[in-house]
Amino acid sequence: MTLTAGVVAVQGDVSEHADAIRNAAAEHDREVEVREIRTSGHVPDCDLLLLPGGESTTISRLLHREGIAEEIRAHVADDKPVLATCAGLIVASTDANDDRVETLDVLDVTVERNAFGRQKDSFEAPLDVTGLDEPFPAVFIRAPLIESVGDATVLAEWDGRPVAVRDGSVVGTSFHPELTPDWRLHDLAFFDRLLTDA
Amino acid sequence: MTTETDLEDLQRGTELVKRGFAKMQKGGVIMDVVNPEQARIAEDVGAVAVMALEAVPADIRKRGGVARMADPADVSEIVDEVSIPVMGKSRIGHTKEAQILEAIGVDMIDESEVLTPADDKYHIDKRGFTAPFVCGARNLGEALRRIDEGAAMIRTKGEAGTGDVNQAVHHQRTIKGAIRELQGMTHEERERWARENEAPADLVHDTAERGRLPVVNFAAGGIATPADAALMMHHECDGIFVGSGIFGAENPREMGNAIVEAVNNWDDPEELADIASNLGKSMKGDANVDLPDEEKLQGRGV
Repeated sequence: MTLTAGVVAVQGDVSEHADAIRNAAAEHDREVEVREIRTSGHVPDCDLLLLPGGESTTISRLLHREGIAEEIRAHVADDKPVLATCAGLIVASTDANDDRVETLDVLDVTVERNAFGRQKDSFEAPLDVTGLDEPFPAVFIRAPLIESVGDATVLAEWDGRPVAVRDGSVVGTSFHPELTPDWRLHDLAFFDRLLTDA
Repeated sequence: MTTETDLEDLQRGTELVKRGFAKMQKGGVIMDVVNPEQARIAEDVGAVAVMALEAVPADIRKRGGVARMADPADVSEIVDEVSIPVMGKSRIGHTKEAQILEAIGVDMIDESEVLTPADDKYHIDKRGFTAPFVCGARNLGEALRRIDEGAAMIRTKGEAGTGDVNQAVHHQRTIKGAIRELQGMTHEERERWARENEAPADLVHDTAERGRLPVVNFAAGGIATPADAALMMHHECDGIFVGSGIFGAENPREMGNAIVEAVNNWDDPEELADIASNLGKSMKGDANVDLPDEEKLQGRGV
């Protein structure tokens, strides 16, 4: 069966997410059709969703304007998987502590935007992630931190604070697994589960 | 439970981190602002970043004289006002202005032909900076020279401050056309192209294989309306800089909002018709063809 993967494409590193999910699927010999979602009506056709990095203020505004926000909530309510990275994590969260971002409330965490500082404080570093044997090459760009974890499970911490979490079918990361050629986070979010289901 | 990751292994200012920052701006609109109030409006209407300036290009053009980096205190005020990234402009080749902008925490530096060039032969060596740079280009050779110097984003030069999109279109078509030509060439033809166009051969091959620039490619220079922004997305730009087009318009808030929405809906004419309606007057502008060569900014720093 061909998987339909939706990359939410209103703003951010959309083509990187599209390439990453294609590569991750190829590694499991899965056929995948990638759709870039800028308007409503496409999310219901998707087996899985990717919420890219970008500016959370811009992304949340456009998701609500285009009527995509409600569709993402329905996707999660159906227990279908989502990988949300950086700004995607902020948008997916319960609360971003910032009235400039209207969150989707599909991932039970609260976040702090730009918690690491400005771009000059952005960094890359190997990160230990629960369920992975070797550290993951994590890229943090003006990254958010997860402030409090409700029902979510912590998958990784940086300096004692959570930077990757899972809540049901949604995996969220402060960093950008789409920017490095390593698909293990995509396995955690999608393929481990899809393979088990099959 | 997770184990503690070694904090010592962290690296800042790498090519991956700098180019990665630029990728997060894709599909977005970066707006010129001259004070915190404008920056707040830009953030409210959905800008992905603001460019903090002393004056917008249209006013720099009118005023004449030497155009320099903005007062760092004024840039800092804008940095403190908004949660989105703030960019600042340094003069071409002015390493110290760029270092000052980096020191006050600007997220990206635009080494810009809109300001008066400080060096008539060399651009800033951008590789040594932690902050990423964006540079203007009119053609592929220029773009690849800037990337070789360390630029993490390229924008078309266009003709800033005119409100005439003509030159941005011309520069984007020139860059894309050259990439298509390279894709049809053999290895030795590309090597020759690199020599003739003063472009580093490794970047020429990299670009040909990708079928696009190896860094993010924005449009800039003369974009004044939602339709202009959509046109530049149609020409395969990754996003848009708007200078005088927003705060030079009659209703900046409506114009800014409409340009952000037009970038997301660039391939839907009916939606664009709605977005572009009832916005009031756009900036007046000066047609590019009427400008004498010595008043054009795009020839600075090649």
